[in-house]
Amino acid sequence: MGVIYILVLRQLKRYVRARSRIIGSLGQPLIFLIAMGFGFGPTFRKAGGGSYIQFLAPGIVSMGILFTAVFSGIEILWDRQFGFLKETLVAPVSRLQIMLGRTLGGALVALIQGVVVFGVCLAVGFRFENWELLPVALLFMALISITFTAIGTIFGSVLEDMQAFPLIMNFLVMPLFFFSGALFPVQNVPKALKIAIHLNPLSYGVDGIRGALTHGFQFGLGTDFAALGVLAVILVWVGSYFFSRIQL
Amino acid sequence: MIEVHDLVKNFGEFCAVDHISFEVPAGKIFGFLGPNGAGKTTTIKMLTTILKPTRGSILVNGHDPLRDPYRVRASFGIVFQDPSLDGELTALENLELHGVLYGVHSGERHERIEKLLRLVELWDRKKDFVKNFSGGMKRRLEIARALLHVPKILFLDEPTLGLDPQTRNHIWNYVRQLSTEQNITVFFTTHYMDEADRVADEIAIVDHGKIIAQGTPGALKEKTQKQTLEDAFIALTGNAIREEEASNADRMRTMRKVWGGR
Repeated sequence: MGVIYILVLRQLKRYVRARSRIIGSLGQPLIFLIAMGFGFGPTFRKAGGGSYIQFLAPGIVSMGILFTAVFSGIEILWDRQFGFLKETLVAPVSRLQIMLGRTLGGALVALIQGVVVFGVCLAVGFRFENWELLPVALLFMALISITFTAIGTIFGSVLEDMQAFPLIMNFLVMPLFFFSGALFPVQNVPKALKIAIHLNPLSYGVDGIRGALTHGFQFGLGTDFAALGVLAVILVWVGSYFFSRIQL
Repeated sequence: MIEVHDLVKNFGEFCAVDHISFEVPAGKIFGFLGPNGAGKTTTIKMLTTILKPTRGSILVNGHDPLRDPYRVRASFGIVFQDPSLDGELTALENLELHGVLYGVHSGERHERIEKLLRLVELWDRKKDFVKNFSGGMKRRLEIARALLHVPKILFLDEPTLGLDPQTRNHIWNYVRQLSTEQNITVFFTTHYMDEADRVADEIAIVDHGKIIAQGTPGALKEKTQKQTLEDAFIALTGNAIREEEASNADRMRTMRKVWGGR
């Protein structure tokens, strides 16, 4: 346990110390929130959807978590580059512990980032409809964090090219975000899009947060939790497999 | 303390380590010298459980790296060819993390960290971020870190690469001191023959994956009829410059320069 704790602590320290990174990574969700939220707001209301900020905020929170979580995988490449990975891999502890420490650390950072984005949403006018369900929303935020940090770990373990990582991740992250129901309601979209959304794990996270805080669940709380929970476990397991195969 | 018997490592067709055998008795300083690409780092990687040998047997502190990697890892401290510190953490935090990874209990940990940081003269800088350290300071910190869990063996892979003569002197003085006072076994590689001549109790010279000569520095000079170990080394390994493909590590070094200390 000490090993996992100290690795999580390391990630936290690194996160808190890199203030420019925190502010930089807030930029994107903020732009989406303001441009989309206020840009499409009137149209959305006219179409009978109610307040768009209320609808959009859970999506933007998910986005903040998604990006931070997936890109935490690049820390493995950095650590490889700067040698620190070797220090952990020749220590007399199992790779599973190291992988869990890293993944939980990355997930915790992503979760904190999500909470910060949530604060920004409150600042631009988002209001709770169900205070009591805030813990449920936090649970889904944590599940999104773990799931996508594990994906980041998988790619960080497999890829060795510092330049390729962000390119490939962008290629992955953008569709995940756009086809998740983060930006629009999923009821009346074309069939093909609907299938894509149902296959996208992020959709269940977005629905979980949104369901808890405002609009009620589209897929159902149980489905959201089961889908994301099972996937998180599987991906952490797969991640630990790829991490254990890293060659120095 | 280290026993290697008939060790082989092939990378596809290429034989990096070709049937080598040697022994390092406890408390000795053992220099493993050779031109670029001779198989030094590959051997260290196999001794330190990072790489699986193709054939042969290894015992480190009585344990087999394949069967008992955790016991082997707990037995040694290592300073890698390239720095392996976390620059975003302080000197103290780097050591703390190492102590926890190696299961050093907190009371003992704090005591030893202070003692070691004083030994390498970094106690005054303990709260500074490692990214602001010079190359020499980083190396000293890595040596302190490698000793934190009271290893029986210390592996040093080109520990003085790129350092000024003062720092190099300092580092070898620590190493000697450790070997005489605490009976730590030291296994090192270097390209600086004068250093090897000064500190090593025994030297093995490797080339093309084979040990081509072994003995005390004096014996090697005598054998080749040369005045210095450098001349003896060249007499044994020839004058040709070894062209090495830029390895992953070289590329990383370049990248690190570009990206700075992060």
